[in-house]
Amino acid sequence: MGQVVLVTGAARSLAGRFVRRIQRDPQVERVVAVDAVPPEHHLGGADFVQADIRQPAIARVLAESGADTVVHLDVTGTALTGGSRATVKETNVIGTMQLLGACQKSPSVKRLVVKSSTNVYGSASRDPAVFTETTPAKSLPSGGFAKDTVEVEGYVRGFARRRPDVAVCVLRFANILGPTADTPLASYFSLPVLPTVFGYDPRLQFVHEDDVIEALRIAAHEPRRSTFNSGTFNIAGDGVLLLSQCARRLGRPMVPLLLPAVTWAGSLVRTLGMTDFSPEQIRLLTHGRVVATDEMRRTLGFTPRYTTAETFADFVRSRGTGLLPPEALVRAVDRIAALAPRGGGSGHLPTQSAT
Amino acid sequence: MADAKVIPFDDDRSRSASAGRQARRRGAGSRRAGAESSAAGDVHPLPGATGRDAPAAPPRRDTETEQDAARQDTPQERRPAEDDGGLERRIASGLAFLRRRLTGEYEVDDFGYDAELTDQVLLSLLRPLYEKYFRVEVKGIDNIPKEGGALIVANHSGTLPLDALMLQVAVHDRHPAQRHLRLLAADLVFVLPLINELARKLGHTLACTEDAERLLSQGELVGVMPEGFKGIGKPFSERYKLQRFGRGGFVSTALRQRVPIVPCSIAGAEEIYPMIGNAKTLARLLGLPYFPLTPTFPWLGPLGAIPLPTKWTIQFGEPIPTDGYPAEAADDPMLMFDLTDQVREEIQHTLYKLLVQRRSVFF
Repeated sequence: MGQVVLVTGAARSLAGRFVRRIQRDPQVERVVAVDAVPPEHHLGGADFVQADIRQPAIARVLAESGADTVVHLDVTGTALTGGSRATVKETNVIGTMQLLGACQKSPSVKRLVVKSSTNVYGSASRDPAVFTETTPAKSLPSGGFAKDTVEVEGYVRGFARRRPDVAVCVLRFANILGPTADTPLASYFSLPVLPTVFGYDPRLQFVHEDDVIEALRIAAHEPRRSTFNSGTFNIAGDGVLLLSQCARRLGRPMVPLLLPAVTWAGSLVRTLGMTDFSPEQIRLLTHGRVVATDEMRRTLGFTPRYTTAETFADFVRSRGTGLLPPEALVRAVDRIAALAPRGGGSGHLPTQSAT
Repeated sequence: MADAKVIPFDDDRSRSASAGRQARRRGAGSRRAGAESSAAGDVHPLPGATGRDAPAAPPRRDTETEQDAARQDTPQERRPAEDDGGLERRIASGLAFLRRRLTGEYEVDDFGYDAELTDQVLLSLLRPLYEKYFRVEVKGIDNIPKEGGALIVANHSGTLPLDALMLQVAVHDRHPAQRHLRLLAADLVFVLPLINELARKLGHTLACTEDAERLLSQGELVGVMPEGFKGIGKPFSERYKLQRFGRGGFVSTALRQRVPIVPCSIAGAEEIYPMIGNAKTLARLLGLPYFPLTPTFPWLGPLGAIPLPTKWTIQFGEPIPTDGYPAEAADDPMLMFDLTDQVREEIQHTLYKLLVQRRSVFF
């Protein structure tokens, strides 16, 4: 008998891809996709059940489907269609509580996978440069999606205590980027000019959508030989990119603003409802965040296909470059190079552009 | 101090003599390097140009190789280049550098350390201060292992952490393997805009156990100044008196990673800003650990912030091995205190010796 997998948040493109992908796995018999709104993308041969996980109805869906694996992907930072921040928070927190309550009552559930985020570590100047899964956050996120994930993880830990027979896996994903990702950071990188915090060059880490799907698959199935897939794992691509590097590779000019101005502009933009540029996003873009992925390799047995730089390159390919494409800059430099021997002067100072 | 001068420091004298020999050798080597660099870079080296180039390419390393000469070529933007071939080469490499920087095609490590920028720009900016202003003399550089992790523990002084930056230049320029020192910095550094950015790019990171252990386990050379603000912000009257070494966390970190501890004494940095007072209220208002009042600062404004051109000596002591201790030793408080005291005493004694040896504060 194969696995029956229940996936929440299936109306999102990433979850939709996961649903389509996991059906092709031989050990999976049936996939039940759940969301409050019908998805715009097709779900392969999966059964779609329109149910709101904030309602107790989810318990009935879980009992009727007889699922043994629950993949909880409905923990997200942005609303799908014009929902407010309050709705998002409710789905994240109340939805998780309802889902975990349903799982606790269901005897058939054997495995729970929860999509979390490295947001749980927060971002502060007093934090160590590299977070491991056990590093306590110096400053707990005060609100927004980061606080949601902290609360969700708290409920999941409680569930794991109450149901020790269920294998619980929490995957803390770094910033997800890719051709179709709709994360706040992806919309930030789509701005024509990138407002940055003056005097700070944060270190960023990305994980590619394809790697997210693979990591979720590994966590949703029986562990492979000599690996173990319950527990909490950081999932991120290798390496680090600085925000300034990202902007240059993307060819979008940076506009450094003083930190108070950024905070003020962020709240203004949020009030106008243009983007969801939350305070913890600003903190991320001030201090940056890097996580250690040793556990992911050693225990989970997962090696990402894309490094941070490759993930970003793929993102740049899909979005196109901005006002200052790197190729144009290289051409400009080459033109200066062609002039230089005749002009005899090296009038430009790399120092200025370097820092 | 006059009667202290009779104390014989034989081992040290021989060491300083050998250092002198090294310096002479280095001087000769640099001249050779200057010739090499122009020879490698140019088809028709002008003898006059080489002669003029030599002071611009000051003595930096003990081993001079072709590769080294090429490396000296790269930070050319600041050096007056008079011969055409060398200029062309320098422009080409400068443009390649510019191209990489503009397109973001360079790498930083997990801590944000930008090796290329540090090597080619930031260290070159610090080097005049190191060579011309403080005329840093380095002793016992061979006590730093050629490879693998090691923890350099140094005294801290001077109101502004110039001693840490000079230590980084010293290790990079004098060590035969040109190792990069990864300094552990106070959290204040990572709060301040611009400073935090530069510190990360220079390879510094926050002084915490996690970061120190991660760097040491990667085989990096880590520098720490356990006195912290107590040391750097101490009044002028207490110069060269080592302060308490924190809680000795650096010892347990070294023990856990089984890396040697290299004691390091920096003489000369204590006098760069004679701190005769501390405006505590102002410091509290600005959120700083201390606000220095020196004979010139803040009375002369920015001019008062120019450090005194003291003559510095950096001496690295014999490494203290930690691999002989059992695994649980890192949790033994008595051993921690003993080792901390041992390191502290070693640094303090070496400081006294260096003070006795030096002729004056400025020469």
